[in-house]
Formats: sequence, C-alpha cells, structure tokens
Amino acid sequence: MSTPFYVSPQQAMADRAEYARKGIARGRSLVVLQFADGIVFVGENPSRALHKFSEIYDRIGFAAAGKYNEYENLRIGGVRYADLRGYTYDRDDVTARGLANVYAQTLGTIFSSAAEKPYEVELVVAEVGETPEGDQIYRLPHDGSIVDEHGSVAVGGNAEQISSYLDREHREGMTLAEALKLAVTALSRESNGTQREIPAERLEVAVLDRTRPQQRKFRRIVGPQLSRLLEAAGPATAAEAEESGGDVE
Amino acid sequence: MDFLGEHQPELLPGKRQLPPTQGVIEAPHGTTIVAVTFPGGVVLAGDRRATMGNVIAQRDIEKVFPADEYSAVGIAGTAGLAVEMVKLFQLELEHFEKVEGAQLSLEGKANRLSTMIRSNLGMAMQGLAVVPLFAGFDVDRAKGRIFSYDVTGGRSEEHNFAATGSGSIFARGAMKKLFRDDLSEEQATTLVVQALYDAADDDSATGGPDVARRIYPIITVITEDGFRRLTEDEASELSRAVLARRLEEPDGPRAALL
Repeated sequence: MSTPFYVSPQQAMADRAEYARKGIARGRSLVVLQFADGIVFVGENPSRALHKFSEIYDRIGFAAAGKYNEYENLRIGGVRYADLRGYTYDRDDVTARGLANVYAQTLGTIFSSAAEKPYEVELVVAEVGETPEGDQIYRLPHDGSIVDEHGSVAVGGNAEQISSYLDREHREGMTLAEALKLAVTALSRESNGTQREIPAERLEVAVLDRTRPQQRKFRRIVGPQLSRLLEAAGPATAAEAEESGGDVE
Repeated sequence: MDFLGEHQPELLPGKRQLPPTQGVIEAPHGTTIVAVTFPGGVVLAGDRRATMGNVIAQRDIEKVFPADEYSAVGIAGTAGLAVEMVKLFQLELEHFEKVEGAQLSLEGKANRLSTMIRSNLGMAMQGLAVVPLFAGFDVDRAKGRIFSYDVTGGRSEEHNFAATGSGSIFARGAMKKLFRDDLSEEQATTLVVQALYDAADDDSATGGPDVARRIYPIITVITEDGFRRLTEDEASELSRAVLARRLEEPDGPRAALL
C-alpha cells in the first residue's frame, strides 16, 4: 500500500482557494450598485435564459458569478429558505442577513469538506430598505466568509480592478440612469486600460426598486426600457437622466 | 409544496390528523363571492360578512385575495381554513415563478387549486368545507377566465359569470338578467355590486353594503395590466350609487320581458 504524500493543511486550503478563484475568474464580472431609489444589478450575459440575477424574496435580490449549475443550486436553496420562512412566520421575517448566513454556512461547509470540490462561485445578496440607509449588500466569496459592502460591489473575473474604479466613481444618491452608466463603464474597462463596447442586448440588468408599489420590489429591466435608460445616461445632462429615470415602468 | 411536505409536513393543511367529532363544528363561514368577465378582463368581488350559525362572526372580513399578478381567488366556506389555503396557494405560485423564472399558465394555477381543495376533503366531510372561486387574466389568450370548484375539488370553467357561497343562487339570478357581452370595466364592477346586493337581500348570511360603518364589498379587477383592488373610495362610490337607485326601485333594474 502506498503512503499518501503529506500535504500541510495550509497548502491544501490554499490550493482549494486557488482552484475556486480560477473558476470564478473565468466568468464575466458583474456589479451591484446602490442608487437613490434602490439597488441595481448589472452584468454582461449573452444568454437570455440563464440569469445571473434573480429575485429571492420581496426585498431581496441575488447575484452570482462563477459556475452556473452551482450558483443555480444555491439560488433555489435560497428561494426555498425564504419562502418557507415567510410562510411559517411573516413576510417581514425574511432578511438578507439571515439568508447570507445560510449561504455562508453552506459555502463554508463545502469549502472545508475534503470530500467535495469547493464551489466556484461568488455571491451577492442585497436587500433594499425603506431608505438608502436601510439597504444591505453582502458579498459571499467561495470560502464562506461574509463581507458587508456599502455603495458598490463587483464580483467575478476582473473584480478587483472594477471595484477600485467603482469605489472612486460611485457616490450616494445617483439616479438609476447614472448608476447604470457607471456600471457599464466599469464593466467595459479592459485590464490594459482600453474600453470595449458592450451592446445593450448582452447586458443583464435588474433592480430592487423601493418606489415600486407592489410588495415584490425586484424587477428586470429589458428591451426598450433598457435602451432608453442607456441613452438617457449617455450624452444627456443629469437633469434629463433624472427625468427618464423617474418615468420607467 | 413537495419540499414543504418533506421538511415540515405539519405546515400542510391536508396532513393533519382529524379529531373525531360529533355534529357540526362551529367556525366562522364566509359567504358570497361573484365573478364576471368583460372584454379585456374579469371582475371578482365578495361581500364582507362571516357567520357562525345564526351569529354574524365578523362584519368586515376580507374574502378576495390576489393569488399572483394575474389572478385572484375568492373564498366561501370555513374562513380559517380558506385563508390558510389561499396563503399556501399564493406561496406556491410565487415559488414556482421564482424558481422557474416563468409564471404558471392559468390552467395550471386552476388545477393546482383543485388539488388543494381535494386534500381538504376530510375536513369538508366534517362540515369545514372550502369552496373558492378562481378568476384570472389568461395572458396567452388575452381574456379573463373564471373557474369554479365543488367541495371534492372538481373544477369547471364558467363562462361570463359565476358565484359561490350561500348567497350564490340569488347573485347568479341577478347576474343572469344583467349580464351582457359588451360590458365595460365600470359596468362590470357595477354588475357585481348589484349581484351582491341581491344576494344580501335574500340570504341572511350575506352582508349588504353597510353605509353606517362604511363597509363595502371588496371589488377586484384583473386585466392585462394585472391585479387591482378598487380603493375604499371607489367601492363606496359604486355601492352608494347602487343603493341610491335601490331606494327608488328596491328590486333593482328590470330586465326586458321578451
């Protein structure tokens, strides 16, 4: 019988983290930004059927970068957790914090269990509050830690570069059109500093809109509505952007 | 639903053990629900009374609920069980929509409700029946549709108008005489108020518009734009208009004889 090589725990963990990070880096990045009326999710996604963003509950949205089958699994788990909670207790008792904790537990367990390969995913769980101060954004890396984010967050391949750009440019109280423009600019920056063009049909955009009259605040922005917003944000002045940001829906 | 059954079966209405009982169990019962289609949508409305035997258990109960964006359900029968059934139904539709990323078809929703009623058959045999009326806007066919049920979960699609609950016979009679193919949304809402008035007129378990307490029927409209519940003011205005005419003609508008 051959004796297995000794691998130090530090080395084993580092290898697993490296494996997961590489997997995540292969995917396109996505960004989540706060704006005046809520939280906007923007990502580059050529597929219309496989979403990167989705609704978990009334005020909670989910974004994921990495391997589709793995984050889809986590997403369905999250929807089940939220719906069961809301049905057993009350709709108000479902919070992003609780959900983020469940995800952290799941990811952490998988990451440190030797039997399974680590999930190659990075998640963002966001909850829109009654006011911008009540907004919560949590980033969950592959190893099961939770990072409480404010203002803006980027995950996926080019995340570090994008988030440092967003940190510089993002400010509070942006309109939806402004936030969208900032997000698209951030996503289209190449690592060598040049800009490339991302056409509107390759963008996936969703918002958690606190001004929405319905109980469920999650809404996808597609088709003409998206082009209108992108145009408004383009050469237009802030005042015009404000206007077209207000009459969406 | 399957997930719920596996993990917390005690939350599902059908899985509970029934205690042996003798005679009828006293619990609040909801009464009359009416629905009528019009070109472009459907109106679902209900009175506000719940009765327990000969007592009025509640004057301002709400018996019409949105099931999702494009459908609504009105309940007659044991109020407590019915409200729980609606809650579970809403949960299922929302859950499906989120997991699959698409809405169930209207037929699918109606079938699902049918199974839920059937799972309540044991309770129904003990006098705790739930008989809902389901109405929705069929996005694929672009029209409003109504489904009625019996206690065993039997489902049937109703054309033009339908009613359920103790006052339903009177409401249906009224609607039969007042219905036309070319109703506008406003006429359709007036029609359901007339029908509920007639039901309350002849059925003691159905509540009429209560002007003193400002309790008026719940009226909901489902069109292409989704579910909308008429505000208190709109419902009160409609009810007062009908009431004002009834002061002159207590039996309501007369249909042509031939």
